[in-house]
Amino acid sequence: MLSHLTDNLELWRIGLTNTVMLTALGVFFGFFVAIPIAAARLSSNKLLSKAAFGYVYIVRGTPLLVQIFIIYYGLGQFHKELKAIGVWWFFRDAFNCGLLAFTLNSAAYQSEILRGGILAVPKGVIEAGSALGLTTLQIFRRIIMPITVGRMLPAFGNELVLLLKASSLVSIITVRDVLGQARFIYAQTFDLSVFYIAALNYLIVVMIIEAIWRRLERRNAWLKYTGN
Amino acid sequence: MSATAIDRDIDNSQMHVSDEVVIEIEKMSKFYGAFQVLHDIDLQVRRGERIVICGPSGSGKSTLIRCLNRLEEHQEGRIVIDGVELTSDLKNIDKVRSEIGMCFQHFNLFPHLTILENCTLAPMLARQTPREEAEATAMRFLEKVKIPDQAGKYPGQLSGGQQQRVAIARALCMKPRIMLFDEPTSALDPEMIKEVLDTMVELAEEGMTMLCVTHEMGFAQAVANRVIFMDQGRIVEENEPSAFFNNPQNERTQAFLSQIIGH
Ligand SMILES: Nc1ncnc2c1ncn2[C@@H]1O[C@H](COP(=O)(O)OP(=O)(O)O)[C@@H](O)[C@H]1O
Ligand SMILES: [Mg+2]
Repeated sequence: MLSHLTDNLELWRIGLTNTVMLTALGVFFGFFVAIPIAAARLSSNKLLSKAAFGYVYIVRGTPLLVQIFIIYYGLGQFHKELKAIGVWWFFRDAFNCGLLAFTLNSAAYQSEILRGGILAVPKGVIEAGSALGLTTLQIFRRIIMPITVGRMLPAFGNELVLLLKASSLVSIITVRDVLGQARFIYAQTFDLSVFYIAALNYLIVVMIIEAIWRRLERRNAWLKYTGN
Repeated sequence: MSATAIDRDIDNSQMHVSDEVVIEIEKMSKFYGAFQVLHDIDLQVRRGERIVICGPSGSGKSTLIRCLNRLEEHQEGRIVIDGVELTSDLKNIDKVRSEIGMCFQHFNLFPHLTILENCTLAPMLARQTPREEAEATAMRFLEKVKIPDQAGKYPGQLSGGQQQRVAIARALCMKPRIMLFDEPTSALDPEMIKEVLDTMVELAEEGMTMLCVTHEMGFAQAVANRVIFMDQGRIVEENEPSAFFNNPQNERTQAFLSQIIGH
């Protein structure tokens, strides 16, 4: 079994890199897309809040694989138009399509995490910021967001692990992630043990994420103290 | 008179009050939807004055002082702070907020920032004060409220009384000319009330203009120039402390005082 690992070290390295990049970038970009979605959801503007709700509802209500297919195959049908506006180079690459799907998908889930966290920031703390003369944007960036992200750290870690595991779906659209490489080697060897190696790869990444999260939680020392 | 005595002798009359009017409230009314919370409030506050506002729960005390820094918007009448009228003009709101510091019943410290950072955030963001200067100022005020040694801790690690003193220091770091207090001691355990009141007395002695919602009648007698009694959104009675407590005119004031003193 180990020979599949040692003989194809370069393949596994590429696979692991793709998996980690897809997941990390998907969650990273997803976070920044999630902020305006959460803000829209919480906005008093009915239209904005309904639109954001609709987006989240559709994304969370449909399988990630379907979303990946829609972006990869569905947009592929419009390659002439995409070429015309100069973005075909992006969509012809399965990795990019996977990353876009992950970003849009994760943004929906993260916007819900953010929304819950923002609603849980005590109103009085926000008022204290206003009373001190801070602008709405300063209050959002320096008070609401750090409190929300700190408190919601476990939820974000959970989202990262879920997306890591779901990322294996991109192997279906030809991306050579960890599972993609396993399937490639399996097709040549018909030895099922390559999938144990794939599983091990995912487990190791999960352990690394957990270690990073423990550090992040330690760095947010204030979380230990119950205060308001 | 109340459970907490201010054990220091303050000569109320010697605290300086100028003739300059810093807060001018004229026929001000505030509504929540159809419900009128404040009715035709008229009030003038001169620089250096210390005003205590009391009254039953729900009478509009919080709403009144929250209108002064526009945490609440009034619908009728005028509020002028140091010559600046509060309207929807954001520039005016900013100007007024930079003049006014506020302390809340539940302290409302920023839980994710250390005590020092709580005190430096607003000066650095709203005033562009350089960090070293903001920290030096913060330490000075933390010393003033007697907790410089807690500067590196988080709010959740401090007692309620300490948190409220930090909240006072945090407000003072913006160098306000007026301080608003909304029941600053009513969320505190009895043994911590005094440390907060002492800090407020010290502020009063330095000539800070103060509007303070409180039921600490000992504090009112020791430092207030005027006590205002509110009921159902109106200022019902207003007098200097000894007359207010010894000879209340309105029967609602009498009922309220006998309740407070009775227990
Ligand atoms: N956001 C709000 N919406 C509707 N009514 C409110 C709101 N805030 C306060 N009130 C009402 O306004 C009245 C005055 O409240 P408040 O100023 O907090 O009184 P106090 O501080 O004297 O206890 C109360 O009847 C209260 O129920
Ligand atoms: Mg109140």
